[in-house]
Amino acid sequence: MMKMRKALSAMLVAAMTMSLMAGCGSGSSDTGSSSGTSSAKEESSDEAVFKIGGIGPVTGGAAVYGEAVKNGSELAVKEINEAGGINGVQIEMDYQDDEHDAEKAVNAYNSLKDWGMHALLGTVTSAPCVAVGEVSKDDNIFMLTPSGTAVECVQYDNAFRVCFSDPMQGLESAKYIGEKGLAKKVAAIYDSSDVYSTGIYEAFVKEAENQDFEVVAAEAFTAEAKTDFSVQLQKAKDAGAELVFLPFYYTEASLVLKQAAGMDYAPIFFGCDGMDGILAVEGFDVDLANNLMFMSPFTPTSEDEAIQKFVKDYEEAYGSTPNQFAADAYDGIYAIKAAMEEKDITPDMSPSDICDAMKEAMVNITIDGVTAKGLTWEASGEPSKEPMVVKIEDGDYAVVE
Amino acid sequence: MKKMNKTTKSNMVTYLMVIVIFIAVQAMVATGNVSSLLQGLLVPLCAYVILAVSLNLTVGILGELSLGHAGFMCVGAFTSAFFSKCAVEAIPAAGVRYLIALLIGAAAAGICGIVIGIPVLRLKGDYLAIVTLAFGEIIKNIVNILFIGKDSKGFHFSTKDSMSLGLEDGGTVIVNGPQGITGTPKDSTFVIGVVLILVTLFIVLNLMHSRSGRAIMAIRDNRIAAESVGINITKYKLMAFSVSAALAGVAGVIYAHNLATLTAQPKNFGYNMSIMILVFVVLGGIGNMRGSIIAAIILTLLPELLRGLSDYRMLIYAVVLIVMMLFNWSPKAIEWRERYLSRFRRKNNKSTKEAA
Repeated sequence: MMKMRKALSAMLVAAMTMSLMAGCGSGSSDTGSSSGTSSAKEESSDEAVFKIGGIGPVTGGAAVYGEAVKNGSELAVKEINEAGGINGVQIEMDYQDDEHDAEKAVNAYNSLKDWGMHALLGTVTSAPCVAVGEVSKDDNIFMLTPSGTAVECVQYDNAFRVCFSDPMQGLESAKYIGEKGLAKKVAAIYDSSDVYSTGIYEAFVKEAENQDFEVVAAEAFTAEAKTDFSVQLQKAKDAGAELVFLPFYYTEASLVLKQAAGMDYAPIFFGCDGMDGILAVEGFDVDLANNLMFMSPFTPTSEDEAIQKFVKDYEEAYGSTPNQFAADAYDGIYAIKAAMEEKDITPDMSPSDICDAMKEAMVNITIDGVTAKGLTWEASGEPSKEPMVVKIEDGDYAVVE
Repeated sequence: MKKMNKTTKSNMVTYLMVIVIFIAVQAMVATGNVSSLLQGLLVPLCAYVILAVSLNLTVGILGELSLGHAGFMCVGAFTSAFFSKCAVEAIPAAGVRYLIALLIGAAAAGICGIVIGIPVLRLKGDYLAIVTLAFGEIIKNIVNILFIGKDSKGFHFSTKDSMSLGLEDGGTVIVNGPQGITGTPKDSTFVIGVVLILVTLFIVLNLMHSRSGRAIMAIRDNRIAAESVGINITKYKLMAFSVSAALAGVAGVIYAHNLATLTAQPKNFGYNMSIMILVFVVLGGIGNMRGSIIAAIILTLLPELLRGLSDYRMLIYAVVLIVMMLFNWSPKAIEWRERYLSRFRRKNNKSTKEAA
């Protein structure tokens, strides 16, 4: 028995070292093959390619967001390549899955580094973004997150973001409600197990002190119990709230609206950018969403020409209406392009040199994208753009301001 | 070498295996043959190996099923990360700080193990599985509502939100509910990880072959017989279980000090993770420490090395799991293996006889 075990373990050790070797082997052959393809490209166009990495969840619970970013960025890359690339250089994109897990995100980042990534568009969700930010700072690789909203996502100078930060959204929402005098008594319902929701809620309540309204009820729910909101709504109703603030995603919000209608409670509902997409929820009665307001950087029904084109191309390519994640990613790729053109970056520069140049370039560029006109960045990594408030009227989005 | 008894020899092989792998990897890193993906995986690998070995102590040696091992890991991770974040200015020496963090993480997880073990391990049957399953989920949820901040007046606690902490200006929020702990110093290294694997193995293997270990295994094999010869059942069960929990806490410390952000999500500290660790143990062989190490390494590396296959990698991963299970445990496969290996074995036998 002992002998057999020994033989078996010897075999397994051998198999394992083989797999280790194979890992390295495939790693090196990977870089070999990719350098092979780039050299093939070199022959055809006499130039190397820009390698842009992407990280986001394409499997697991947050896959919707990762997929949207993947599609949005691919669309932008395709357009840029067809139009001749960045300064005549084509872009190659590799999008890696992180399963919305910090550890996997760092693995994905390392595997992109092996591939020879020049700049990173990612990561999509906040916690993985913070973890990747920490390692990308050490390597000095430029990163632009399309949708990482937590404050710490851009704490280092190599990181920038396209979306608003959580506190910014909460603050702007409170300001808007206060300045427009939408309500005197406000209730807030938020997801206490979600970083995005909590971040917005906290900033909202903080700013509410400076505004001319009162937060009369603040009710939390968790990801485990997000199907029944009758208790929270009843409390809001009992407190006499004229406006209910819903800083979370549209799937839960559609249930809130349905249940509020069921109990004859019709305050103003006010959401954030996660509310975008509510009209596309299957089996949802669009009439319920009438007069729903939310803050969003992007509306697919906008009259704007660039947005119309983006929505049309996206629908043709992927068969669904783009949400703000896709729009953020689309603008992100164009921002990387603009920054690279600003400094005449070439693919033969090291990622670290590219990062140093991009850091300077980012504060100088202006993008007319689908999420904002005249989008610029501050050195802190935050974008400066005006939030838009969208109101749903007759089953369609309408920009209020 | 000849004088050594079988167990000592077998233990030595296990230690040697870890050391050989360590040297091989270090050599490859030094010569630049290791991709950055693999380098990034080295520290998590150490954590998973320790988890597998420690769970094997509960499942294989004690013969109880624990479905909350990720919960103990979570306790170790959060207590140690909390300490490190607080002490980052007070104790600038990373080595000392990390050592204290390790002790704190192990102690906290061990205490949780004792608290759970005292009532549950007195019972017969699979109650431990149920309670540990619940424990893992409870810990995850508690961490998600916990807010702790620090200012000049000391620590502030809350279970509502970070504003109700009432921090004065300049105070920092250390544990921020669902956002967890951000900015833990990155103190874990591969060398420390391997040293901790060796320490874990030393503890577990020595416990196994000690007087207490024999008592524990006697309980596993026949509780009534063990009781009849005067073995204190609860005491020995508790000993094995709390050691196992403390070691899982150590793995949590390694995990927490490898990433800049620590959040308790179903993905990393939920029951999925506990089942994953159990899979390492079952595939590697229940009661077989060496097998646990190998299974943990292979199953952690596999999905990462298959990244090139994008969406298909999870499918292939599942197929590999099934194939490994069949190869290890199906009677036909064992028969085939014995037949195939018999020649090799006979040769081996002969050579040892000749040497003797």
